[in-house]
Amino acid sequence: MKSEEYKKYLKRIKRDNLLVLFTQILIIVIFFVVWQILADKKIINTFLVSSPSKVLDTIVDLMKQNNLWKHIFATLYEIVISFILGNVIGIVFASILWFSKFLSRVFEPFLTILNSLPKVALGPLIIVWAGANTKSIIIMALLISAIISVINIHNAFKVTDPNKIKIVRTMGGSKLQVFTKVVIPSNILPIIESFKINVSMCFVGVIMGELLVSKEGIGYLIMYGSQVFNMNLVITGVILLVILTIILYYVVYYIEKISKR
Amino acid sequence: MKPILEIKKLYKTYHTKKCEIEALKNINFEVYEGDFIGIVGPSGCGKSTLLSIIGNLESITKGTVKKDKNLKIGYMLQDDCLFPWLTIYENCLLGLKINKICNKENIDNVKKLLSTYGLKDFMNNYPNDLSGGMRQRAALIRTLAIKPDILLLDEPFSALDYYTRLSVSNDVLDIIRKEKKTLIIVTHDISEAISMCKKIIVLSKRPSTIKNIYNINYKEDRENPIKNRSSREFMNYYEKIWEDLTNEK
Ligand SMILES: Nc1ncnc2c1ncn2[C@@H]1O[C@H](COP(=O)(O)OP(=O)(O)OP(=O)(O)O)[C@@H](O)[C@H]1O
Ligand SMILES: [Mg+2]
Repeated sequence: MKSEEYKKYLKRIKRDNLLVLFTQILIIVIFFVVWQILADKKIINTFLVSSPSKVLDTIVDLMKQNNLWKHIFATLYEIVISFILGNVIGIVFASILWFSKFLSRVFEPFLTILNSLPKVALGPLIIVWAGANTKSIIIMALLISAIISVINIHNAFKVTDPNKIKIVRTMGGSKLQVFTKVVIPSNILPIIESFKINVSMCFVGVIMGELLVSKEGIGYLIMYGSQVFNMNLVITGVILLVILTIILYYVVYYIEKISKR
Repeated sequence: MKPILEIKKLYKTYHTKKCEIEALKNINFEVYEGDFIGIVGPSGCGKSTLLSIIGNLESITKGTVKKDKNLKIGYMLQDDCLFPWLTIYENCLLGLKINKICNKENIDNVKKLLSTYGLKDFMNNYPNDLSGGMRQRAALIRTLAIKPDILLLDEPFSALDYYTRLSVSNDVLDIIRKEKKTLIIVTHDISEAISMCKKIIVLSKRPSTIKNIYNINYKEDRENPIKNRSSREFMNYYEKIWEDLTNEK
């Protein structure tokens, strides 16, 4: 039985949450309305900053040309591939480094330096080597996401509770058993944390790659728009990116929620 | 009777980058089946090291540790180390799974231990739902699951508060006695050692040698550690061991 006070408390929390959500939506609506009004009254130059109605027109145009989904899917595809590859590389390499103290000592400084290197600078090099295509976009995203996930996951593995490891060893467990029975299960949360970081890293990498080389994708829309001075297209691209970010954020959020149970 | 474990002229030196640490120096003693041995000594003298060596976790610098090839060892640490992602039941099966001896007989044995020692209703709970004392009992059952011949306990109760500690040490001792196991327990609590053990090995400061070995006898054969504490012999042993530990010659 819930007491009266507890029910009231729950009710208040619910109301507070709704109020927060409502205010957030209101801010977004006001932003677009003000933007539209300013554009209509010609207070701002729509050639430079576009307007919500023009963005809508652009989206409709893209749909009519059967281009909208093509670009969105191109970007999404690159993100998904590099996300999966990035995580696999992260886990596999972190495991190898955990198994071999020697290798981990050899590679740690390399990883640190690679990680702090601004990867954009490698863009032109990658394009020359891998060609101006999807491949180099994915390589770019991997450079950004995989290195940091190797580092993060390996760091988590390293601080696994030594007593739990000791217990498995006293029971006669091999190093592989220590790994599967202790190291992996105790690090599920850090691994998911690294997935989360990876989503945004891949996103950054893919858009960066698209700005540099691609023939399709949201990054391409933005790049192309700016080259032909079509700000409507550029801003449409940016808004599509925001929507995609929100969707990816919620996907990860729900994965995390499910795994915490 | 033949000892199940024989330690002769055991030396252990740790090598670190900065220095050498001589932890154990010329340790000799024997363990017989059914022994209850307590090891006490100043902090950092090498008690855990000694247990680790017996448990094959640490190498020997010099000397011998003779034991039967098939001697199975069960280890328990201060922290109960139950895996929070496994249920109590799954935790208890850990040793069986690792040794790939998860047969019906062994599983039944674990289930029997769980119900005998009051954890049956919590089998499918996760460790975080249990009290400190229950967790410690679960950790003991996990250790007993592989049917060890000798149990090595490294300050197994020191994470518990005083009251829980008394009752849990009582419980655990009872279980070990009923299951007819041999026990070596490290503790920094002299009274715990005296009330629980039949034999106490006192180690000196580092480099540790054996300072004294006491055979603990109570006039009335009392197997209850809490009652033992109130007897006259208890006080005598306590004074002697206290003197050993404080008079560093
Ligand atoms: N892996 C190791 N490498 C180097 N030195 C170690 C190692 N393990 C223990 N030592 C050193 O050996 C000595 C004995 O350590 P040990 O843990 O056996 O002591 P202890 O008697 O169990 O102490 P405590 O009462 O604090 O548990 C200590 O001085 C410690 O610093
Ligand atoms: Mg110790």
